[in-house]
Amino acid sequence: MSEKTEQKYDVPYMERTRDFYRAQGYDKDYQWASFDDVPFQRLDKALSECTACVITTAMPDTAEGRAKRQVYSCPSEPVPDSMYTAELSWHKNVTHTDDVASFLPLAQLEQAALSKRIAQLSERFHCVPTEYSQRNTREKDAPEVLARCQADAIDIAILVPL
Amino acid sequence: MSLIARHLEANGITTLIIGSAFDIVDHCGVPRYLHSDFPLGNPCGVPYDTTMQHKIVQQGLDLIERADEARCIERTPFSWKDELWRDDYAKVDQSNSEELRLRGERRRQQQLADRKAGKTRVAMISDT
Repeated sequence: MSEKTEQKYDVPYMERTRDFYRAQGYDKDYQWASFDDVPFQRLDKALSECTACVITTAMPDTAEGRAKRQVYSCPSEPVPDSMYTAELSWHKNVTHTDDVASFLPLAQLEQAALSKRIAQLSERFHCVPTEYSQRNTREKDAPEVLARCQADAIDIAILVPL
Repeated sequence: MSLIARHLEANGITTLIIGSAFDIVDHCGVPRYLHSDFPLGNPCGVPYDTTMQHKIVQQGLDLIERADEARCIERTPFSWKDELWRDDYAKVDQSNSEELRLRGERRRQQQLADRKAGKTRVAMISDT
């Protein structure tokens, strides 16, 4: 790790995170979720008939969004000028999140709707906090996001973690 | 986010993750994943490169249409401007070991204060 390389490889984020936290004095390694079985919902209609929704780990760039980590829903249009990403672990040494389209593909999906690749973009997108507790994600946030997606009658969800 | 995708999918909603942490998403197991081989933060494309950003989402939509079984994974054809970022993320070496140790102490004090204040939602990883 001491010599910089120009080699291309998949960054081992689980290993890096483990070592990073051990260096901070944490002795209990985080256990990343892993499953043998993976659910699969085949698309049961043409993509051009589908309503798409975006889900992000960024929070709204509002007083509440900055202060409270929870599920939020925001209008997809107009596309927000900024999102609150400061508490997330993106690579702050080498990039930035000033361009929301680089992690929140609302403009891209609006364009896809205009070109009739999809039927439409859902009227709102959802923000889900990253969580140390997988139980909170599974038992609180996931059902909440599902309920909101069902209320909006979406067909496909595009989830973009930073 | 992988857990959210799994829950939606199990309840009848077709999902796609566009991300940049290949090992984490692959380890969890998700229905469809489009990997952007970029530093964390811009999985939909280099900031302000709207052409690339549209192409990545188009590839994602193609993947949704084409996938016929779970764990369907593709990579975008794009690369970052250099490869130096790969070694840099969450780096631990002699140059920052003391700083990290002190950061851990401060973080544990903050976590203790948060718990006393009733805060139960803790970010997965931060401060990198």
